[in-house]
Amino acid sequence: MENVIEKHTIAVLVDNEPGVLARVIGLFSGRGYNIESLTVAEVNNADHLSRITLVTSGTRMIIEQIKAQLSRLVPVHRVHDLTDEGPAVERELALVKVAGTGDKRIEALRLADIFKAKVVDATLTSFVFELTGTTEQVDDFVGLMGQLGLVEASRTGVVAMSKGPAAF
Amino acid sequence: MSEQKLTGAQIVIKALKDQGVDIIFGYPGGAVLPIYDALFQQNDLKHVLVRHEQAAVHAAEGYARSTGKVGCVLVTSGPGATNAVTGLLDALCDSIPLVCLSGQVPTHLIGNDAFQEADTTGITRPCTKHNYLVKDVDNLARTLHEAFYVARSGRPGPVLVDIPKDVQFADGTYLPPAEVKHKTYRPQVKPEIARIEEAVELIANAKRPVFYTGGGVINAGPFAAKLLTQFVKTTGFPITSTLMGLGAFPASESQWLGMLGMHGTYEANLAMYECDLMINIGARFDDRVTGKLSAFSPGSKKIHVDIDPSSINKNVAVDIPIVGDCGAVLEDMLRIWKARAKSPDKAALKEWWGKIEGWRARNCLNYNRTESVIKPQYALERLREALRGKDHYITTEVGQHQMWAAQFLPFDQPNRWMTSGGLGTMGYGLPAAIGAQLAHPDAIVVDVSGEASFLMNMQEIGTAVQYRAPVKIFILNNQYMGMVRQWQELLHGSRYSQSYSEALPDFVKLAESWGCVGLRATTVAEVDQVIEKMLAVTDRPCIIDIAVDPKENCFPMIPGGKAHNEILFGPDDSPSDATPEDGMVLV
Repeated sequence: MENVIEKHTIAVLVDNEPGVLARVIGLFSGRGYNIESLTVAEVNNADHLSRITLVTSGTRMIIEQIKAQLSRLVPVHRVHDLTDEGPAVERELALVKVAGTGDKRIEALRLADIFKAKVVDATLTSFVFELTGTTEQVDDFVGLMGQLGLVEASRTGVVAMSKGPAAF
Repeated sequence: MSEQKLTGAQIVIKALKDQGVDIIFGYPGGAVLPIYDALFQQNDLKHVLVRHEQAAVHAAEGYARSTGKVGCVLVTSGPGATNAVTGLLDALCDSIPLVCLSGQVPTHLIGNDAFQEADTTGITRPCTKHNYLVKDVDNLARTLHEAFYVARSGRPGPVLVDIPKDVQFADGTYLPPAEVKHKTYRPQVKPEIARIEEAVELIANAKRPVFYTGGGVINAGPFAAKLLTQFVKTTGFPITSTLMGLGAFPASESQWLGMLGMHGTYEANLAMYECDLMINIGARFDDRVTGKLSAFSPGSKKIHVDIDPSSINKNVAVDIPIVGDCGAVLEDMLRIWKARAKSPDKAALKEWWGKIEGWRARNCLNYNRTESVIKPQYALERLREALRGKDHYITTEVGQHQMWAAQFLPFDQPNRWMTSGGLGTMGYGLPAAIGAQLAHPDAIVVDVSGEASFLMNMQEIGTAVQYRAPVKIFILNNQYMGMVRQWQELLHGSRYSQSYSEALPDFVKLAESWGCVGLRATTVAEVDQVIEKMLAVTDRPCIIDIAVDPKENCFPMIPGGKAHNEILFGPDDSPSDATPEDGMVLV
């Protein structure tokens, strides 16, 4: 009955020290948990804190276990389950390279405009678009570009933050 | 003044002393020479030279488990560190507090595939509770103090500190422990009182309760064991324990049901199966204990006390999770129980005990007593009688002898029983015995061993001789890797693939070659004689080779994938019923 697979976005505040990302990734690979996406960057320079945002999936028991396992890593300050803790905004940034000429090139540009993607590089035979949006929007955009000369895509994975005034 | 400059190596020694370390187990090598030089120039810290780094870690485990203190290890880079890995994981699995210092190649050579270089923090990351690479001598003292704090706090475990050779030579500032506070690590020790109150209500209303306790009680210290005993006696409930928890509650008490799990007693496992309230204190629902999860104690409410939140609801969903130190939890439980003037349901309890006594009458540890061959159980019964009333510590290796020791040797106090539970490391017992013996020079320390396990770390006899540790290596020699053979009988058509011990040494001569005492028993009558002689030896190690029945198997047994009520009592129980396909793939 409790075997429904749920998808959760989890934010983890860690000390930015060597090996901390390896600890988190090793935890997931060693215990057989899924990582759908993972992003990490320093968010507090003075205290050397990094924020890891990861998207994972599993049964409720597994999700709870993942949070408990993350919490017990020594350099971890806080673990927040943004999916559980109420409304959150989630965004991804993608760079999408489309090559070609003629009608497809024009159509790619029109779609980019509809998706509010920016052109960050242009040549006579290619564009690089920058798009920020939800995972679904990025999926849709990349899917459409697939038919219009997509040659390369690079995505950051999800970063997320709870809505409202409360801070992490 | 803390401004005084010391070399990294001197900082290491000072930090260890300030952390209360009196013995360090280790093996020198190129990348730790500066620390060994600093050790040479002082007399407070005793170094014990092992013969292999794995044994250094097990010895430190034996020391830690028998004293409650943090064990300390020193190894060199590369092979020194990789040899220590098994011990580190062993300590992680059994929550033993250790600090392992490893040498590393100088910082400018890291990553260059230098001689005896290994990515030690990378290799040991999943084998330690935490680890560090210290690249700046001014962080060394802080890191060492943090390492001890992390090792002993919360759920204890091994912590490794990797120290490059140039850091050992460099001059730096020492910082005393009092000035070091960990930035993030604050495990929850005090439980939520509301949860304790709920638990007390359940306990007071239980009809068929059982205490199921584990290594967490031992780790919480002798005070926790005392509180547990007091609470169990106050309630009158039955109590069983995991392999790691033996000794927290006195085995001589009538409420003691014996160990539970795969080779646990009938009464303990059936009490778990049929209980209506399970009070888990410091155990982790390990697969050796639960058997088939879907049939694990199907009708019970479950209280789970654990200091590690990740242990809760990991394998078994529980009704009342309580995160906290077992000692702190028991203290609150007892206090609230008394304050609310609670008492157990005596009538229901009487009926429950009646049922348990019925299971007990099955006498599940009984074996085929015979005069023609030494049964391993008999040898342990005689050892038990000989040790009665004497100050003693028991370690074991891994296999049948380990389970028999757990079944047949009673422990009335915590910290007296050292065994490799989680990892199941053959070769653990001898070095652990040396560690325990050095911590308790006047006590009797017996390593209950099998001939195959003993061979795995027998080089440590040299260590025992060198440091005059009169450990007793009590080998139940059945000329098989007995547990492997038992599983092959059960699951693989008795095809004894590689599970026999061939080309064994003469253990008596082996002992004599080291200047130890070697004894052998081949008949039932000789068992008492060799035990008596063994106990008379107090100045050197003693190897006792007991030729036991090679075919004896360890019962009761719940085969892999089976439930607590599907127990095999002996060789006549049909193994065919016991080997479902899904059970075969389990370990």
